[in-house]
Amino acid sequence: MSAQPSGILASFRFVDAAADAVRRLKDEGYRDFTVYTPVPNVEIARAVGHRASPVRLWTLIGGLTGCIPYVVIAFELTILFGASATILGLLYHSWKTRQAGAYDNRFADDHIGIFVPCPPERREPVQALLRDAGAEEVQFAA
Amino acid sequence: MATIVRQDQITRPTYHEITRDIAATLGSPSRTYYVLLGIVVAVFAVGVGALLYQVRFGLGVAGYTPPVMWGVYITTFVFWVGIAHSGTLISAILYLFRSAWRTAVYRTAEAMTVFAVMTAGLFPVIHVGRLWYAYWLFPYPNQRQLWVNFKSPLLWDVFAVSTYFTVSTLFLIVGLVPDIAALRSTATGWRKKLYEITSLGWRGTDQQWRHYTRAYLYLAALATPLVLSVHSVVSWDFAMSIVPGWHATIFAPYFVAGAIYSGVAMVVTLLVPLRKVFKVERYITVEHFENLSKLLLLTGMIVAYAYAVEYFIAWYSGNPFEQQSFWNRAFGDYWWATWTMILCNGALPLFLFFRKVRRSIPALFVLSLFVNLGMWFERFVIIVVSLSHEYEPYAFGHYTPTWVEWSILAGSFGWFFMWFLLFAKNFPTVSITEVKEIIPLPRKERART
Repeated sequence: MSAQPSGILASFRFVDAAADAVRRLKDEGYRDFTVYTPVPNVEIARAVGHRASPVRLWTLIGGLTGCIPYVVIAFELTILFGASATILGLLYHSWKTRQAGAYDNRFADDHIGIFVPCPPERREPVQALLRDAGAEEVQFAA
Repeated sequence: MATIVRQDQITRPTYHEITRDIAATLGSPSRTYYVLLGIVVAVFAVGVGALLYQVRFGLGVAGYTPPVMWGVYITTFVFWVGIAHSGTLISAILYLFRSAWRTAVYRTAEAMTVFAVMTAGLFPVIHVGRLWYAYWLFPYPNQRQLWVNFKSPLLWDVFAVSTYFTVSTLFLIVGLVPDIAALRSTATGWRKKLYEITSLGWRGTDQQWRHYTRAYLYLAALATPLVLSVHSVVSWDFAMSIVPGWHATIFAPYFVAGAIYSGVAMVVTLLVPLRKVFKVERYITVEHFENLSKLLLLTGMIVAYAYAVEYFIAWYSGNPFEQQSFWNRAFGDYWWATWTMILCNGALPLFLFFRKVRRSIPALFVLSLFVNLGMWFERFVIIVVSLSHEYEPYAFGHYTPTWVEWSILAGSFGWFFMWFLLFAKNFPTVSITEVKEIIPLPRKERART
């Protein structure tokens, strides 16, 4: 993982507050922030607005490579190669889109985190934005 | 006026309580745990001893007597492959149906699947005798230009079972990653190191969840047809032959239903002591057992229907070989095995029509043991009894398993439970992430009201 950038790390207890903070950050033009959640959450995912994961292409291509001219074995290999390619796709895209930022162990338990990498001159407005959205804690992470 | 409070409002845990309670199951093992582990390792050692004896003196120490050249080992292979099936049913199929109750029990079922396939995979190798030539089962380039027969159901089995093992293992590992990350911060010593490595750098970022949720969905979608295909393929080991009692088109659905039936029974067998020993009664509730028992009842009735259809078709076909084969099952030398199978799989599960039985955990535990017993005998009846009475009366035979076979069968239970106990003490048997998922994240607007 590349060196951790400095920025603002905010911790939220409420999902709607975190989603609101994400929307406000996007409105302000921030794009490279990271949201940490203990479970996948539709509201956060919608607010972040990612496109569908390209992992599905890995599944399709992996599955197609399993088609050999014996029906039963082709069926099994389609599933085997499809599943294996899905895992490779998951690993590859998770690695490719990895985000180096400050982290708190509570984000794997019961808190939602947002890390916004930003230069020192932008700290104040970002901290204010996150606090205003309902962050429980906001801190500078070097 | 009294305030009415719903039961789920009282018992619904918070996210932090879920992490804490499930992490507590990985604490220092109790004496009961060590006693159980000691017993299963001892039983496993008995099986290993018997296997080494067989390796030393050859397959003659097994009870094979022509024409019965498939006995306890193939019976046990089919039994364990069957046990493996409900894991994927609960983890993948119920996931696609968005069935919320599966979240607390699916990890146990998934782990059971992986260990059951590991156990099943041993038996074809033990059965062929020369363990060191097991790799001959796979097609690989070799100087002797030997090539496997792609039209043989036995080779289909190799592909089906190895695919099933790989996909089930991947599915289990992928599901474990966010949970291990949740445990990483509280673990200490060697466990901390283990979790740091096996959590694969998981932080629950928006990008990670984006890829993870898609990958998990596709794995579930791939595992669903796989679970239906694997036991169909196992059934074709028999149905593609012309042995009376085997050559039937009903075999694939009959085997799949039986597999899920026995697998759900094994899930109940594992969950009952697990929830008690690990004190997770709050997460694995009577409702879970009732749902599992409904699955047991449904699949048990499909299995009982298949038994009836087999006898009906044998009579209706007018084929004397089929008729004598089924007559022999019920009233021949192995009548006791057939009636054990019918009693355990067809009759006893009818008690599940009573809600009281479905919600009685001790009753379900006893019933699950009977179903496991009955399903082993079902495979014994199909394999051994059919082979013992084929076409020519002068070629009829009688097979009696030897102590070596019984010991290896017992050893397989030791091997299976040993892996399960080791898993249960080192990794969460209840999914932290998925149990949290069914509880909505707290909302600011709700907190205000």
